[in-house]
Amino acid sequence: MWFFTHVWIIPALMATSFLLILFFGKRMPKKGAEIGIVFVGAAFVLSLLTAGNWIAWSNDNPKPTGSVEAAEASALSNVDSSCSKVAAELAEKGDEADHSTKGSESKSEEGALAASTDASMPLGESAAPVSAGASGAGVASGAAGAEKGEIETPTRPVVTCATWFQNGSNSISIGTLVDGQSVLLLVVVTLIALLVHVFSTDYVGGDRRYTHYFAFLSLFTGSMLFFVLAENTLQMIVGWELVGVCSFALIGHWWEEKPNSDAALKAFLTNRVGDVGLLVGVIILYFGANQSFSIMDINILSNEGGIGHSTLLISSLCLITAVMSKSGQFILHTWLPDAMAGPTPVSALIHAATMVVAGIYMIARLYPVFFEGLSIAGSSVNALSMVGAVTALFGALLAFVQKDIKKVLAYSTVSQLGFMVTALGVGAWTAALFHLFTHALFKACLFLGAGSLSHAAHHSFNMVDDMGGMRHPLKRTYWTYLIATGALAGIFPLSGFWSKDEILAGTGSFPGTEGANGTYHLMLVMLLLAAFCTAAYMTRTIWYAFYGEYRGHGTPHEGGPRITVPLIILASLGAIAGLANLPKAFDFLPEGARIRFEYYVEPIGLYFPSISHADFNLPLAIVSVAFGLAGIGLVYAFYFRNAFAGLHGLAERNKVAAFFKNILVNKYYFDWLYTTVIVGFVKGPLARATNWVNQNIIDGVVNLIGKGAVGAGGWVYENVDQKVVDGAVNGAGMVAGETGSALRMTQTGRIQQYAALFFAAVAILAAVFVVVIG
Amino acid sequence: MLLNQFLLLSAILFSIGVYGVIVRKNGVLVLMAIELILNAVNINLIVFSTYWGASGQVFALFTIAIAAAEVGVGLAIVLLIYRNKRSIDIDELDELKG
Repeated sequence: MWFFTHVWIIPALMATSFLLILFFGKRMPKKGAEIGIVFVGAAFVLSLLTAGNWIAWSNDNPKPTGSVEAAEASALSNVDSSCSKVAAELAEKGDEADHSTKGSESKSEEGALAASTDASMPLGESAAPVSAGASGAGVASGAAGAEKGEIETPTRPVVTCATWFQNGSNSISIGTLVDGQSVLLLVVVTLIALLVHVFSTDYVGGDRRYTHYFAFLSLFTGSMLFFVLAENTLQMIVGWELVGVCSFALIGHWWEEKPNSDAALKAFLTNRVGDVGLLVGVIILYFGANQSFSIMDINILSNEGGIGHSTLLISSLCLITAVMSKSGQFILHTWLPDAMAGPTPVSALIHAATMVVAGIYMIARLYPVFFEGLSIAGSSVNALSMVGAVTALFGALLAFVQKDIKKVLAYSTVSQLGFMVTALGVGAWTAALFHLFTHALFKACLFLGAGSLSHAAHHSFNMVDDMGGMRHPLKRTYWTYLIATGALAGIFPLSGFWSKDEILAGTGSFPGTEGANGTYHLMLVMLLLAAFCTAAYMTRTIWYAFYGEYRGHGTPHEGGPRITVPLIILASLGAIAGLANLPKAFDFLPEGARIRFEYYVEPIGLYFPSISHADFNLPLAIVSVAFGLAGIGLVYAFYFRNAFAGLHGLAERNKVAAFFKNILVNKYYFDWLYTTVIVGFVKGPLARATNWVNQNIIDGVVNLIGKGAVGAGGWVYENVDQKVVDGAVNGAGMVAGETGSALRMTQTGRIQQYAALFFAAVAILAAVFVVVIG
Repeated sequence: MLLNQFLLLSAILFSIGVYGVIVRKNGVLVLMAIELILNAVNINLIVFSTYWGASGQVFALFTIAIAAAEVGVGLAIVLLIYRNKRSIDIDELDELKG
């Protein structure tokens, strides 16, 4: 419990580290890197301890003895009543109900906590529908539980908060929300941040802004942790913007070169577009949830029908816009590949593993809003899954035509984020979070591997022209890269296989996966195609980077241990992480070894929709692996075995192929659309039209008014100003002048005369005083 | 009875001081006359404090401290005037004449 209420220490550590590096970094023997590593290491250890405590805490969750409804309500008793009134109210009711069913059984600590909450707290009009909804949902989930033949133990989230600022009677709180989801992200963010810190000491060693680089890494880690632990949506916005700023600063780390600073600006401005959606969505939810920013309030109310369906729909659409920009979803994904202008470790940390999943995290955090608003259960298409599936497929296609190895990985990230968004869109919440977790590990490994390659190839990322044959000199990089590629391509038994398979099963479209929330046929098809492309373009990358003849200059060498050790750690974790969530269907394994991830991470209770889970399906797994192997096989044959010789150079000979290649090379013309069409239109015709209106209509009106004013002014000048006003002013001046020259006589400049006058005046005043008072 | 005498002394001192300030030409002597005025006030404060509590004494101490500062600044001014004019006759200082 101590770890859950004091979890704020972790982001605070990173913020301290930022300040220390900024102020003292330059004077330290290692230029500030050691401060960053020590603090991020401490944060990682604390996160691990928190995770361990969370596992113990989840194992201790009391089995519901009475009604499910009461148990779910009293599970909320660790929510601070000052930040979530709805949860506190429910917890108290639940405890009473629990109490009556249990009889006079002695109560634990939570009971005492809930009893101490203010019973007379006004809940407003919402109280009635909420409790009505609560009982309805309680019955529903009870029925669902009975259907499965078991009653699910509700999760006990811990929310702590303090008043941030107060405006009249509205107080805005700041605090931490600890449940499986935030604990997972704590561990992922601090782990990858730690490895990236270590990797960076070698990779950017000797850089001219080395200290600033580490300061911003610390600030970024702190902001991301702040965002992850956010207790209310306002705090989320703050964290969201902070990570955006850090991303901007780090993309533009080498700002002396114009393309880098342009890329930083592009990332920042594209994110602004989505931020508007975030802001509007949060404001709608604020008013929808009876003027509350609290995530708990919003989730409980939207889950139990306390917020209208159309409100939820509009706010979820607004929030999707935010996700499109931050998590690089189609059509606002264009900034993410450009963001590769930053140093490679930054790409690994920010633009692959952590910051870009902020959008995913936000959806997962406010999941009831999306689940109810988009009616995810039982439908076969919705905005969220559509955005995700389109991104997954079209992002993967773009990765084929890139020469820059980091851009391949960037489009791969776009595509994998699309997988996660699709998973959330089809109701496979756990699969999305699981894929987030595994993807963070193997994608960070791939990016750091690309960094290691470019370190060897004299800071070039061009795999087509400057790399090749790297498998011999860079053995460690080669093997780790190969493992991570296998994980990304979804090869059994690497982690990507398990998470991708869960997402595919979650679409509920494949025969035998009817247990899912809906039947999303289109999504399954698009995701399978995307998986095929993923395997194919990654094989292409391996061919260009590691096979054939070395095409760069000099002799490539493997980096030092600070480069290879993080790679090895990430690759091994990426290989085995899939075991964290072995399918429930593997009943030859003991209960304690299956769906552990789902058990600890996925919340069960009033603040989370009761989603159903599609189980592992062997035919589907075979199909998905077959798609992956087919992608690998085709590309292998094409590059390694030189098969389909007729296809080589097809784009040069065939117009149709050239047309499609051109579309891909130009990234579907999105950049052209944004810069030429939209910006051009605003700058060109629109500006000219505005100018014409300005010159002819507005200026005409202004001129007319001006002429009238000049005429009126002339008359006023002659009659009023000259005669009346000036007369008065001159008169006043003359009076003042005359008085002044009279008084001037007394101004002799002789101090003693002044003193005499002064004493005389005081004497007269004293006399008057004595006479009047006395 | 005793009060009367002290107040009388203070009044006499005050008057001498005022006379000095108004009449003397020598800047240093004017400063000394101001000291007389201040000390007349001090006597008043202390005498009354024997009747109405010690706060008057505290004020007297304040006055002494501030008078010391005032003399410091005043003498410095006089010194500078002497350097500029080779005289400390304050009748000559009438540059502010209107």
